[in-house]
Amino acid sequence: MSTPLKTKIQVPRSRDLEVNGVKYNRSGSSRSNFEMLAWLFMRLSGIMLVVLVFGHLFVNLMVGEGVHAIDFGFVGGKWANPFWQVWDLVMLWLAMLHGTNGVRTIIDDYAERSGTRFWLKVLLFLASGFVILLGTLVIFTFDPCPAGADPELLASFCHTV
Amino acid sequence: MANSSRGTLYRGQYGMWSWVAHRITGVAIFFFLLVHVLDTALVRVSPEAYNAVMATYKNPIMGLGEAGLVAAIVYHAFNGLRIILIDFWKGGTKNQKGLLWGVIALWVIVMIPFLIRHLSIVFGG
Repeated sequence: MSTPLKTKIQVPRSRDLEVNGVKYNRSGSSRSNFEMLAWLFMRLSGIMLVVLVFGHLFVNLMVGEGVHAIDFGFVGGKWANPFWQVWDLVMLWLAMLHGTNGVRTIIDDYAERSGTRFWLKVLLFLASGFVILLGTLVIFTFDPCPAGADPELLASFCHTV
Repeated sequence: MANSSRGTLYRGQYGMWSWVAHRITGVAIFFFLLVHVLDTALVRVSPEAYNAVMATYKNPIMGLGEAGLVAAIVYHAFNGLRIILIDFWKGGTKNQKGLLWGVIALWVIVMIPFLIRHLSIVFGG
């Protein structure tokens, strides 16, 4: 063989797949579709996130007084509407899963020792799980008109209740 | 004739730098997102706690940071759509360089009105 397919460069993240006596550096032992599904998810969630994030940025930064208007009353006014609750919930989950999978890929690419990769991914998944859970709880348990709060800080509809 | 000093079709060319920029903007957006969810969660603590943290963001330095964040998001979004076209559109690979110029053009078209509006809010007082 003049051009051996299996070089002496170590490929630590792959197992050898042998077909007709030729070794390919591909993972062949597990027939899981996970990586293909993760690849597909990045593209599908990406398209949805373009719409969700651009809409989010337009409403929060471009309309009205822009970034200066963002305070408790502004958030209360948005999340009193189920439309924005669902919008933000879907955006939270898609963005966090999209970002987590992206960082997972980067860890796999640059962390060379398997122990380093393992612990970085444990840290990544713990942080992502915590943020997704916290964000979801906040969207659904949030009270725009908390009892005893300074009425000046609340959305305008709180005064009429 | 191949000239090794100019890299391969991919290495050192538009494809590589658009990929590098996609990674850097992606990681930056992800770490922002972690902080963004945590500070927004303060609405669950009290109106005062949330407003106090938002008040620390309302200055020109954070305003420029927000502009940089949006610049990163807009690039990542349009280049992501370019990646999808390269993967799924028949002519995507052949036209990847043209698509990158499209990404840059769209980025400029979106960023100019955004920066005019956002920076006039940030610096307009």
